[in-house]
Amino acid sequence: MTAELLLQTLASGVLIGLIYALVAIGLTMIFGVMDIVNFAHGEFLMLGMYASFWLFALFALDPLLTLPLTVLMLFALGVLVWKLVIRRIADAPALSQIFTTFGLMLLFRGLAQFFWKPDYRTIEGSLAAGGVQLAGLQLGRPQVIAGLGAIVVTAAVWFFLHRTRLGAALEATASDKEAARLMGIDSHRMFGLAWGIGAACAGAAGGLLSTFFPIFPEVGANFILVAFVVVNLGGFGSVAGAFWAGILVGVIEVMGGLLIGPQYKTAIVLVLFLAVLMFRPQGLMGKTA
Amino acid sequence: MNPFRKSSLVAASVALAFAATGARAQQEIKIGAIYPLTGPLASSGAEMREALELAADIVNNGAKGVPELPFSAGGGLPGLKGAKIKLVFADHQGNPQVGASEAERLVNQEKVVALIGAYNSNVTQTASQVAERYKIPFLSAESSSPTLTARGFKYFFRTTPHDELFVRNAFEFVKDVEAAKKIKVATMATLAENTLFGNEAAKLQAKYGAEHGYSIVKQVSYPAKTTQLTSEVQTLKAANAQVLLQSSYSEAILSMKTYKELGYLPDMLIANDAGFADTEFTKTLGKDAEYVVSREVWALDLGDRKPIIRKVDDLFRSRNKIDLTGNSARSFTGLMVLADAINRAASTDPEAIRAALAATDIAADKLIMPWKGVKFDATGQNALGAGILVQVRDGQYRTVWPFDLASREVVWPMPRWDARK
Repeated sequence: MTAELLLQTLASGVLIGLIYALVAIGLTMIFGVMDIVNFAHGEFLMLGMYASFWLFALFALDPLLTLPLTVLMLFALGVLVWKLVIRRIADAPALSQIFTTFGLMLLFRGLAQFFWKPDYRTIEGSLAAGGVQLAGLQLGRPQVIAGLGAIVVTAAVWFFLHRTRLGAALEATASDKEAARLMGIDSHRMFGLAWGIGAACAGAAGGLLSTFFPIFPEVGANFILVAFVVVNLGGFGSVAGAFWAGILVGVIEVMGGLLIGPQYKTAIVLVLFLAVLMFRPQGLMGKTA
Repeated sequence: MNPFRKSSLVAASVALAFAATGARAQQEIKIGAIYPLTGPLASSGAEMREALELAADIVNNGAKGVPELPFSAGGGLPGLKGAKIKLVFADHQGNPQVGASEAERLVNQEKVVALIGAYNSNVTQTASQVAERYKIPFLSAESSSPTLTARGFKYFFRTTPHDELFVRNAFEFVKDVEAAKKIKVATMATLAENTLFGNEAAKLQAKYGAEHGYSIVKQVSYPAKTTQLTSEVQTLKAANAQVLLQSSYSEAILSMKTYKELGYLPDMLIANDAGFADTEFTKTLGKDAEYVVSREVWALDLGDRKPIIRKVDDLFRSRNKIDLTGNSARSFTGLMVLADAINRAASTDPEAIRAALAATDIAADKLIMPWKGVKFDATGQNALGAGILVQVRDGQYRTVWPFDLASREVVWPMPRWDARK
């Protein structure tokens, strides 16, 4: 096993980890603000991929160029889901909330299957296609661009939360709903915003993934399990935590697969996850309850 | 269904049956056909049903254009004074319990003399148990699970080759290529998804690889539905085997993309059907799918070397507007074999039909399959069955093995990624 092989694998792990991070950030955002676990999050990712696909297939627009549009569409969808569905169960028992988002997941999958068939689709000849040589490493250009895109989106979300008034209001709602309301913050508006941003993050991840991952109605399932692990590992509600945890999971999965055996790669990630739950239940960067 | 409706239906069908026997002098031979006619496999089921109907039509009414086929003269089964075949279809919905109860119904109420089916291996398993209990011959035309013929059944016959044989074909293919191209293949690796399909295939590949004198240097398995295959491909790259044997469903596309991205390519990738035989595979990957070899049960281009295949496909297409597939071609062949046995038995007694099936000996030139013939061994398995290997050329799957049925010569080794344009 050469150093080059290790470096190459490490780089691949970081790149897929950045995608995991982006998916998880949306999930952790919704949870942090509303304490609702969104089981339909993988489906937001799927819809983001299909949005990119159809813009490409119908109007020949490259997924990289349409990324802002995809993000906007998913933001709108997130807000809509909040207004039509989630708002009604905001104060319902946790079990009702779980069933509601689970139902949304089935609905979105079913609709996608009904309208777009279960076929695998891919985007051929995107601007991102090809490979890049980087310091002797051979990397797929779509993956590198997706990784960079994930960093940009994460940075934007972080900047929004920590450097803008609206973001501060969102953070305030996340840490204490009642106190925020007393300070004159419209918590319902904040919940809608959280759903919008959460879905938009998944949409961004979908748009970036669409340049190299097959697109099909069940694609969300491939990513959602990892996203839950990442959210837990990073600490529920922590954007920065989800970012670093995403990269960590990506690297551990790939390196563990290479060094111990690919058949164990998921097991290795889940063992780490269990260890964190046992010894640091608040997650790597979560606040202690 | 309420009891009254049920009994009135039975009465009606009994009346109809009497009317039918009264109207016709000829005898009708009832064969039960158990297939997935509704549910997720309904579209495959419909094709197989159409193929069985074509076969029955040829036996009953002839096919002038295809003199090679048995019974092409028409006029029913000569051994039974021109008796006609009547297919009685039953829908098992892909459910083993339904399959068993439908088999029960076909035997007890429809009084069929034999059963054919059932596509899904797990349904064939339960339905053939019922047949065995009632001592009615069951012909399995499409189910490829090896365990089916390992049960010691007396009334179970299978025309299609089973999965073990298909796995073995890959090694026979490599042996033939070595001889023809004067090359030496020593090392192989396997990549398989970790559900039953992939695990079984990998185990068989290890066994037959060793038997054929190849060294399996690495066996990699990965979790199905994975998001990335980086470490798998890096492991394969490090193992550097000449041939990669791969068993994947939906990850077939992802794996090919990762190979290209990481610059990995063995001399030959031999896939175990599944995800590689899906039309999405070539459609999605375009020219990156080129030169991949996959095992198959059947291909339309076999007709280039075996005209009987084109002729039967023409008949099929004129009736149904679609071509035969590996499934429907095997269903067609299954019913032809069954008809041949009933004809030789010259009787509708299931015991006589069983004996005739056991004595079946049909030559390769009477079949639309790439087989060496049909002849059952002691377990009821057709000992002369064989699969084929196809290679993607210009976006189409072309038969490349066995060499005497090939429509294209195999390209070996696959051109490197950077040497392609």
